[in-house]
Amino acid sequence: MIPLKINGKEHAVDVDPTTPLLWVIRDYVGLTGTKFGCGIAQCGACTVHLNGSPIRSCVTPVQVAAEQEITTIEGLGDAQQGLHPLQQAWIDEQVPQCGYCQSGQIMSAAALLETNTSPSDADIDRAMAGIVCRCGTYPRIRKGIKRAAIALKTEPASGG
Amino acid sequence: MGKWSRRAFITTGIAAGGVVVFGVAIRRGDRSGIVGDLIADPGDAIFDIWLKISPDNTVTAIVPHAEMGQGVHTTLAMMLADELDADWARLEVVEAPSDKEFANYALARGYAAGDVDFPAWLIDTVDGFFFRATQAMGLQITGGSTSVRTTGQFAMRVTGAAARSALLHAAADEWQVPVEELGARDSVISHAASQRTATYASFAAAAARLRLPAKPRLKSAEQFRIMGTSPQRGDIPAKVDGSAMFGIDTRLPGMKYAAVKASPVFGGTVRSYDAASVQDLPGVRKVIDLDAAVAVVADGYWQAKRALDQLPIEFDDAGNAGWEQGDIFKQFAQDLDASASAGDEETDLETGDATAVLAAAEHVLEAEYRVPFLAHATMEPMNCTAWVHDDECELWLGTQNPLGFAKDAAEAIDFDADKVTVHNQYLGGGFGRRAFSDVAVQAARVAAEVPYPVKLVWSREEDTRHDHYRQASISRFRGGLDAAGNTLAWHNHYVNKYDPEEAPHIPYAIDNQRIVYTVSKTHVPWGFWRSVDHSLHAFFTESFIDELAVAAGRDPYEYRRELLMNQPRFLAVLDLAATKAGWGEALPENIGRGISIHRSFGTIVAEVVDVEVVDGEVSVQRVVCAVDAGFAMHPDGMAAQMESGIAYGMTAALYGEISIRRGAVAQSNFHDYPMLRIDKAPVVETHIINSGESLGGAGEPGTPPIAPALTNAIYDATGIRIRELPIRLHDLGKPNRRETDVA
Ligand code: FES
Ligand code: FES
Repeated sequence: MIPLKINGKEHAVDVDPTTPLLWVIRDYVGLTGTKFGCGIAQCGACTVHLNGSPIRSCVTPVQVAAEQEITTIEGLGDAQQGLHPLQQAWIDEQVPQCGYCQSGQIMSAAALLETNTSPSDADIDRAMAGIVCRCGTYPRIRKGIKRAAIALKTEPASGG
Repeated sequence: MGKWSRRAFITTGIAAGGVVVFGVAIRRGDRSGIVGDLIADPGDAIFDIWLKISPDNTVTAIVPHAEMGQGVHTTLAMMLADELDADWARLEVVEAPSDKEFANYALARGYAAGDVDFPAWLIDTVDGFFFRATQAMGLQITGGSTSVRTTGQFAMRVTGAAARSALLHAAADEWQVPVEELGARDSVISHAASQRTATYASFAAAAARLRLPAKPRLKSAEQFRIMGTSPQRGDIPAKVDGSAMFGIDTRLPGMKYAAVKASPVFGGTVRSYDAASVQDLPGVRKVIDLDAAVAVVADGYWQAKRALDQLPIEFDDAGNAGWEQGDIFKQFAQDLDASASAGDEETDLETGDATAVLAAAEHVLEAEYRVPFLAHATMEPMNCTAWVHDDECELWLGTQNPLGFAKDAAEAIDFDADKVTVHNQYLGGGFGRRAFSDVAVQAARVAAEVPYPVKLVWSREEDTRHDHYRQASISRFRGGLDAAGNTLAWHNHYVNKYDPEEAPHIPYAIDNQRIVYTVSKTHVPWGFWRSVDHSLHAFFTESFIDELAVAAGRDPYEYRRELLMNQPRFLAVLDLAATKAGWGEALPENIGRGISIHRSFGTIVAEVVDVEVVDGEVSVQRVVCAVDAGFAMHPDGMAAQMESGIAYGMTAALYGEISIRRGAVAQSNFHDYPMLRIDKAPVVETHIINSGESLGGAGEPGTPPIAPALTNAIYDATGIRIRELPIRLHDLGKPNRRETDVA
């Protein structure tokens, strides 16, 4: 049994310790907001936070994450508990198209805003270049991040 | 609307609970060719849309379209609400079930009459429906850009207007006033003179007993209240918090997982494998032979995948293992040569006498272009969850063609088609790929062998190597100019034709045109890829017209303008893009600017690209896009589709290459089939023209012009003419300003 702490909740999973965290989150814990895109750390669809830092869960063995703080898109915020400013900005800027990449985009952007409260275009490019969007929502992702950065400055984050 | 009304029926009924239903269906015409395989049998009536008005005055529309991210539900709802003068805040659009029975005329009538319970909301399709609808109306288009122009224009608006008219007539009868004196707004009818108001719901039952007008009068653009505005899309909130359910997110009690590996060489089959060698690995349940592929079923996906990776499999290569990409292009070239000398090309278009004019022309410019195969690379890899139980098969996945998938899966496991149900989910990208049922067939076959539900997921490698590819092609041109630089003749001979027919046509006033092609088959499977044939022909034709402009010593924009003098719509779009981009201004060093224009799916798009080339590195700075789709129902959605289509086409132009090595696809994942990323994504400015012409699509027309606009810009920056995609194959480090191959 591997003890996991996901979005503040304790889980114990009976899996091979080398199983990638992605499949444990999706198939054993049942949180499907984190997506599979490539399996080789090339697309970022599987991005979650490990102790606040963005990681590629498709190449992270579950044992590495044992007893650490894991946050997935479901833990970032939702309509009931309050949206994270990025989620609200994503709605305001109408960012998603198919939506499949967006959990990874938002988790990466959230980590960026934790360390940089007014990211420039270059900062955004650096932080977000690992997350592929096949629908080409990049111009709106940029706007969404900037909008959320302003919102975060005017009122403290909620739900995150 | 003539064609429409002859093949449509509009009906009404009162269902349980006082719900009143208005229905419109289209009967499909003949089917033909490629599209025929994707649709239902001839003579099937096609379920189209239903509109229900509930006693609490809410309006629900049921549409046969999947949401792939193009915001189709929101746009369709707008069209309905506007014609109906419904309360936008209390109007909902849901997806219709893909149950084949539901597509049946008799059942539809039964439903409308209240005999049948409202089934769970699932769906029909974008492509599947679209093919039927457009064929029913005698149009000749394929692709996914048409939900708004077919369902929206011919069903949502008609239904809304018909229902509104019936409601008003019912109110006029009851209040004993002339119908012309009544007003309608926000689902409420009012009579100003007597100061009476009442909800739609209160007249719905009476309206349902009236004969609906077969050709209700639709609003003119000045009367629109909702169409042409940009309300927020209804699908977006679920896509920011992880709650949107894609096919791959399906979870069922007792579900197991399958990983699959198909013969890397197309056409190959499984010769042998050693199931015993993985049987004892943790979680492994079963190894299943699927003829062309092997599936491993296990308790977890990772267990299935690991076992599959360790499983020794031998494939027969069907004699196709000798193919190399170079051989394919060589074959194309030889077949072009052979049919040109034999004179047995197939003709697309022949006007004037291009051959004779070219023989006599002062200058003849020749060029050959080529493009590679392309994979779709939808962000969500192919997957399908299947469960065979109680003589039924249920499938969960995102599909552009649920009825076709159900039919194919049924055939594969020898079930009646009505015993297979497709539960459509959000699509993590479609782009044409999710019109092909291969993964659904695999999943159904696996599920038929086990007593539990199975989620079958392709690895990215499997997805890249077993696509239905945008075809590779070669296109040859000869252009004839007189001494003054006027273009006299256009001769184009290319290899392989798919769809749509008009993709290689040009809008330019060139009197002598000969556009022909030669078929040259390979073992690589083709499929619809965003904008289909337009994706290659726009690159070919808009590059060559640029070459002609250079050969004529003209500015590429001015040159196009002159040849478009009799095409006011094209001209307006071209001018808007050029003006907004500041065409003609002096550009900084290393910056080049290119332009292109192309019509696809009824929409004209011009794009101007600014590109910087430094030390051979290409950086796209800005794309200015002008679009005329007749009328932009949802301008922000139109802009989003242009941004998306441009990114998709730019990815292919810069990097996209699927090549064949030893009969199989050489690429496997995003490291060798790279994607556009945010650090290379340009600013995109979209400018919309509402010309009032018939509605065009939005999802695809942004894609075709980007590759030629970009390579024309690279020519402007470097003097290097790119005639083969992708751009990354070229060394742009050595500026070279020659290149006027005028003979
Ligand atoms: S799935 Fe992990 S980076 Fe692509
Ligand atoms: S929204 Fe579709 S992949 Fe990003």
